Amino acid sequence: MSEAREPVTMLSTPIHLDYHFVAGDSQSKTLQGYLEGKFIGQRCEVCGKVYVPSRGSCPTDGAPAREVVELPNTGTMTTYCVVNVPFAGQNVEIPYICGQILLDGSNISFMGLIQEIPASEVRMGMRVEAVWVPEEELTPSLASVRYFRPTGEPDADYDSYKEYL
Amino acid sequence: MSKFPELTSGSRPIAVVSFAQAKAVRADIAHNEVEMLLPVFGELFAKAGITKDDLNFICSGSTDYLIGGPFSFVMALDAIGVWPPKPESHVEMDAAWALYEAWVTMQEPGKDVSLVYGFGKSSLASDLGKVLALQMDPYTMAPLWPDPTSVAALQARALLDAGLATEEDFAEVAARNRRNALKNPYAQVARDDDLATLMAEAYVASPLRRHCLPPITDGCSALILVAGERAYDFSDNPAWITGIDHRMETHALGARDLTQSPSTERAAVEAGVAKGGLDLAEIYAPYAHQELILAKALGLGADTQINPSGGALAANAIMSAGLTRIGEAATRIMSGEAKRAVAHASAGPVLQQNLVAVLEGAR
Amino acid sequence: MGDQAVFESPHELDFPYSRSLGPTLSAFMTGLRDGQITGTRGDGGRVIVPPTEYDPISSAPTEGSVNVGPGGVLTSWTWIDKPKPSHPSDKPFAWAMVKLDGADTAMLHILKAPSADGIASGMRVSAQFRPEAERVGCMADIAAFIPEEGS
Repeated sequence: MSEAREPVTMLSTPIHLDYHFVAGDSQSKTLQGYLEGKFIGQRCEVCGKVYVPSRGSCPTDGAPAREVVELPNTGTMTTYCVVNVPFAGQNVEIPYICGQILLDGSNISFMGLIQEIPASEVRMGMRVEAVWVPEEELTPSLASVRYFRPTGEPDADYDSYKEYL
Repeated sequence: MSKFPELTSGSRPIAVVSFAQAKAVRADIAHNEVEMLLPVFGELFAKAGITKDDLNFICSGSTDYLIGGPFSFVMALDAIGVWPPKPESHVEMDAAWALYEAWVTMQEPGKDVSLVYGFGKSSLASDLGKVLALQMDPYTMAPLWPDPTSVAALQARALLDAGLATEEDFAEVAARNRRNALKNPYAQVARDDDLATLMAEAYVASPLRRHCLPPITDGCSALILVAGERAYDFSDNPAWITGIDHRMETHALGARDLTQSPSTERAAVEAGVAKGGLDLAEIYAPYAHQELILAKALGLGADTQINPSGGALAANAIMSAGLTRIGEAATRIMSGEAKRAVAHASAGPVLQQNLVAVLEGAR
Repeated sequence: MGDQAVFESPHELDFPYSRSLGPTLSAFMTGLRDGQITGTRGDGGRVIVPPTEYDPISSAPTEGSVNVGPGGVLTSWTWIDKPKPSHPSDKPFAWAMVKLDGADTAMLHILKAPSADGIASGMRVSAQFRPEAERVGCMADIAAFIPEEGS
């Protein structure tokens, strides 16, 4: 019999679960686009909005968004955040900028990394373009896009993106 | 003739006016959950003659554990369209319980038209049994990873030990359900098995053989509930929910008599099951032996047809299969094929939670 | 657009949880670490194993800690001929419900036996604890139940 010890008060219950994620028909169109070095979205058949990544259905109308639309590499950065906080697994030097990118011709922004500009010079409405990885490194994922950088064009008019904030 | 049958539960008569489901498949690799739901909602709204603008309340049932991600139910709203915004809720349970929440919500005037739906892709987990083992007590049971088939087998063994059933009885249940499924275009496993072939199968977890187990299924289903006279705007013969109740067993597995289902018995009493004859019963019994326990707990007689749809042994879209039992019963009431029916849903590998609904046609 | 790929990718989740036990389960897990199975008293003095904080029927608070086992009766079982990677044994085994001597409820664990032949509800079984140095205060401190001699 062991000598009296402290009572057990905690139980370790590690859980490991394996799944496979299925993108489905619509999202796969965007992923296929990344593999080919292009941005692919889909248009809602009721309101005409273009969603990228494509999602198969318009969240406003609940209607199919099937028409495939290829989008250009350029867009407007609607808003942004300067990241100063280090964290485990970080692979970009701080400070860095996360921007919401509204590609020309689309109706929803998505998050992207902004580079080639000091953090202090970034501003809302900045015109940006995608920089892709070399062709042999393209994969069916957003990792095919290295980052977005300013195009040098004059900033977009606030009215042109105020609905997307 | 009265517009509404007499109610056992609640004060407002609420009816199912439309039901739709996806064909149950082993794995829908081409579609994610939203894409599975979109055509089902399209069919449902078209059958009922409504649009999302007619809805006062939306409630769904699904679980993050099937997809392996948090807030996974939110994306399903893409398939409905969320503008203008509507009151919406979700249960991390089979959508039969989402129906219960909608029914409670609709007791209040003004909440007159609800959409209830459930969905799940059981094919996504590499080991579904391991994921579902997390339903068990997290301190004393889950760390051993007892999958649902193993736990259900303990219940089946208890039935044999008590002399309440034989292994041939289990095979008969399995054969009858899958034979019924031959008439159900949405079922996944539909065939005419002979008992000798079934009894020759090896045990998966003794005494359960493969035929005693449900299939793994991707699927979804949805229905529309309407309160009061307005239901007649959507259906000539709505399926009125005259009684509905749900109860649960103790979480402590070893403190239960697994051969009985007292929670189902109690829910059946509260829902008024025994108040009239029953043309049919749709029972959610994923394991063949469980149908025997539940039929007894519901007090079913020989003149009640069990699972004309084929039940969970023919298609087990976890999270919508219970709602589908209600939908299948409602469909047969609306068509006039049945006048009074009971639908049952359960949760947990050995019938931990049970919901009972009585549906009646007024015409 | 031609035959289009539908993409899939593996998705792994790891939750390295630690759970606080509270007094009832702490007594149980401490007992297991020390090589003793325990239960608690519910309504009418019935002994509940594993212990619950409240009586499963009446919801009244349970009381005290009672030593049970290590022997008991097998109340149900299922033979697993082809264990899954997630199962607690990589060789064929049985899941077991065991009502330990002194307990009024059964406990879930595993039973190790050469085969399903000779396993029957009602037989006596006994808990085999892991060596003291390996016990930490969890259900796996019991390696398995085994048929008692002469069962």
